[in-house]
Amino acid sequence: MRVGRFLAWATGLLLLTLLAGLGWTAFAPITLDSRDELFEIPKGTWARRMAGDKVEILPDRIDLTLALNDTLLLRNQDEVPQQFGPVLIMPGQSFRLPFEVASTYGFACTAHASGQMSVVVAPTPAPGWQTLQWRWKRWTARG
Amino acid sequence: MKHFVFRSLPGLLLALALTLGTTARALPALKAGVFEPAQAAPEFSLRGSDGAELKLSRYRGKLVLLVFGFTNCPEVCPTTLATLAEARKAMGADAAAVQVVYVTVDPERDDVTRIRQYLGAFDPGFVGGTGSPDALAAVRKSYGVAAEKVARPGGGYGMSHSSSVYLIDRDGRLRAMMPYGHEAKDFVHDLRLLLASK
Repeated sequence: MRVGRFLAWATGLLLLTLLAGLGWTAFAPITLDSRDELFEIPKGTWARRMAGDKVEILPDRIDLTLALNDTLLLRNQDEVPQQFGPVLIMPGQSFRLPFEVASTYGFACTAHASGQMSVVVAPTPAPGWQTLQWRWKRWTARG
Repeated sequence: MKHFVFRSLPGLLLALALTLGTTARALPALKAGVFEPAQAAPEFSLRGSDGAELKLSRYRGKLVLLVFGFTNCPEVCPTTLATLAEARKAMGADAAAVQVVYVTVDPERDDVTRIRQYLGAFDPGFVGGTGSPDALAAVRKSYGVAAEKVARPGGGYGMSHSSSVYLIDRDGRLRAMMPYGHEAKDFVHDLRLLLASK
């Protein structure tokens, strides 16, 4: 009798914990660390080009899927200024571009054959099922 | 085994909560893209819409918002200039420490008189600049700005050009670049931070 009551309580508590956990996972606001997505021009790129080596630093088109609060970090490690996407970056200089609004950002880029570079910033999932899915994917992706 | 899984579920949920719940960290300070380390903004010398020589060094001690465009621009330039005018208004007395500089990419049509009239419609404090095609091309090159003449179907031409705004601090250093589309409040946010910084 006592064992039966204990099991019932334990099961109830377990279910409650499960529901609370699911509720938190689905509805707790998502707060994210800012994460840098780095693209770098290595040292010697210009020299290699001058020597006739066809150096491809970036593809014609970049589609990045970033979470909100992520930052695109462009770094020029070469010895000459580089037009990297939308900005001219001096040697040794970095350009850090934050994204706070979900959208597809198109940048004119003369360095690309297509003249276009785009960055796709994915929206924050809505509370509920979408958030639950998002957290599950993120958790399973971490292994 | 089944029993073990059942018993470990709360633990699993707790682990999930701890693993998935990421903590908030401060966003990068500026809304604009930031150059690190900041370097001197390339200097130029153009004919100013106020009748004086237009040089960046004229505005040491002020924050400069540098824009490239043309007065026949149908959408991007009017939007950007209206946003910057709104931002200056929102800054109140601090607006005196902010100078908008508008450099034309269309010297063929934009002379100083036309630029002055055009900018005056947004904010009489804005200053524009023009020069020879070569001089303007050199300025654009130094900032990595693209501009290209595009034929319009009904005749005439427009200019396809970079639409970002460059933020230059009071010491003449190129600190940041705001991509097109940001609201006035983002400029106010960044300008206040730059005014407060050394």
